[in-house]
Amino acid sequence: MTPQDFDYLRALLKERSGLVLAADKQYLAESRLLPIARRHNVSNLGELVTKLRDRGAEPLATSVVEAMTTNESFFFRDKIPFDYFRDVIVPDLILHHHRRHRIRIWCTAAATGQEPYSLAMILRDLVDKMPGWRFDILATDLSGEVLGKAKSGIYSQFEVQRGLPIQQLVKSFTQAGEQWQIKPEIRQMVSFRQLNLLHDFSHLGFFDVVFCRNVLIYFDQATKADVLKRLAQVIEPTGYLVLGAAETVVGLTDAFKPHNQHRGLYVPNAGKEPTDAPPKPAAGTVVKFAGVRR
Amino acid sequence: MKTCLVVDDSSVIRKVARRILEGLEFEIVEAEDGEQALDACRRQLPEAILLDWNMPKMDGYEFLRSLRRLPGGDGPKVVFCTTENDVAHIARALHAGANEYIMKPFDKEIVEAKFQEVGLI
Repeated sequence: MTPQDFDYLRALLKERSGLVLAADKQYLAESRLLPIARRHNVSNLGELVTKLRDRGAEPLATSVVEAMTTNESFFFRDKIPFDYFRDVIVPDLILHHHRRHRIRIWCTAAATGQEPYSLAMILRDLVDKMPGWRFDILATDLSGEVLGKAKSGIYSQFEVQRGLPIQQLVKSFTQAGEQWQIKPEIRQMVSFRQLNLLHDFSHLGFFDVVFCRNVLIYFDQATKADVLKRLAQVIEPTGYLVLGAAETVVGLTDAFKPHNQHRGLYVPNAGKEPTDAPPKPAAGTVVKFAGVRR
Repeated sequence: MKTCLVVDDSSVIRKVARRILEGLEFEIVEAEDGEQALDACRRQLPEAILLDWNMPKMDGYEFLRSLRRLPGGDGPKVVFCTTENDVAHIARALHAGANEYIMKPFDKEIVEAKFQEVGLI
């Protein structure tokens, strides 16, 4: 692949997905795109780029972008964000939305589904204890191919052993030979939709929690700022934004501020009171789930 | 340094497990079957046990039941590591007091994740 070919590839990825591929990452392109090249009967990346430059190469361009932007995922990845979700975010939202009885969550880069299903497994435990409450999880990804796998909820033995406690596996999956499928009652808590974060997403409505982990790191500063600005417009004033450990809003937007106790959590900066805020308890009243400082 | 008893009738599996667990800073004691493992536990209880199911003399399930009846036998964290990969076996193991369950084949990432899950690392 010539430097010109590599530049063409980088420009294509930036335009279609926002992914900024560093100039020294040619090895990454080669490792991920050679299988695509073989599938399209070309022997090297130079020929692949030549095909990409041809008009009418849309399916090939989609395959290339998906191959470069798809990342490995596993259940309860990094653990801490899920602990925060269960122990901080959900209790706080239940306290705030005691009239609405509904919590909406968005996983912006769901990949093969492990993140939204991990959240669904946490919420599933609450469903029976909180009758009348509804928990909806929207899972989106740029890649239609990975979403197909995510929707099926079927994972290999290897995939279910990374991050998933054995008790949770037995409780939440059914076994089919060497594969494991998420139980229907958990699958139905998650809806999947293909979506490019570079495009308008205001039609999705408002969310109480947005998981956008390990997405911004691939964007340039302007794209990061733009995505964060638009996320701020769809997150409820009482809501939360969850970013990856290597990501921050600092220096990119004033629309969010870091949570004052929990790293990786961000809250809207406007500080508007929710419209259905519960009445303030009388002095001395013990409020379950209270104690969350934002 | 924590000790892990690796119980498997395959010397190859024991060697692979030893390499992984030494990399996680465990001191390793090996046993070829449940009887040897029980003798080792009577001498000194380890913090962790990586346990195969199918072995001659005494299998992993019988060993686990015997271990949990020993004085202090509820202490070691037991992680099954077996080709018995069906829900029925997993449920039996958990009922008998296993803390985690690895379905073979396994690799370093899986062992590390499961040991983290039970608080061994």
